Amino acid sequence: MNASFRPAADMFSELNRLQDVLDQVFRPAERSSIRGLSGASFPVINVGATPDAIEVMALAPGLDPGALQLTVDRGLLIIAGERKSEVPEPGDATSVYAQERFSGNFRRVVSLPDDADPGKVDANYRDGILRVTVAKRESSKPRRIEVS
Amino acid sequence: MNTQLQTSESQGNTQPAPNREDTQRREQPFVVPPVDVFENESGITLLADLPGVSRDRLGVRVDGENLVIEATAQTPQPQDMQLIYGEAQYPSYRRQFTLSRELDASRIEASLKDGVLKLSIPKLEEAKPRRVEVRVG
Repeated sequence: MNASFRPAADMFSELNRLQDVLDQVFRPAERSSIRGLSGASFPVINVGATPDAIEVMALAPGLDPGALQLTVDRGLLIIAGERKSEVPEPGDATSVYAQERFSGNFRRVVSLPDDADPGKVDANYRDGILRVTVAKRESSKPRRIEVS
Repeated sequence: MNTQLQTSESQGNTQPAPNREDTQRREQPFVVPPVDVFENESGITLLADLPGVSRDRLGVRVDGENLVIEATAQTPQPQDMQLIYGEAQYPSYRRQFTLSRELDASRIEASLKDGVLKLSIPKLEEAKPRRVEVRVG
């Protein structure tokens, strides 16, 4: 099951989690966008903008930052990698009761806006959050125009 | 063997009425973190995804027979950022489990690395499986 970062409160939390499992099985075929970002994926992503840069935050706990593949190609930011399962194989001495954390290969693609500068990308990984900062092109930054 | 750690959220009406402090906390939206739980002879291991949580923002407590994990994520976003697209909405995590009696709550070990919490909950010495020698005679 994918690691989801989903609101859940009170008695509905268990139902929400069950719904998430069902979504995995009966994933709807229709998508709103050709690169539609489905809600239940790993890692979960937030995208924001400041006047100077595009900020992408991926909630990707438990990864080796050295093994993360981060590429910017023709306006697409691609975050890919693998998270290995830490659950041992069930055997005589081991029982597994829950296996909800995502494991396996992942790949997420974010379309960058036209004013993003693929030459100026900065990334860091801390406490399980990957933060990618893509600078905006100088020409696209807001400028104050003096009126003479 | 039965599941020894069960989520208390699933128990519905059997839970005692929450006190006022609990009710107030529960009005805040929170995320239920996904977990892996497995058991071997020495005890139970629980792994929970808590991205963005540093050691000082994590609370693991044992309240009677309940194990409560509460944490707050610190998102590294700049002040002047406008959110364009957001899947992660709430920075609070909370999940609760019921411990069974043969687990030793006083010797739980917790470690946090790269947003993953690992709890090792040992079994009481007397609850560990023992091999019974059968003497022929």
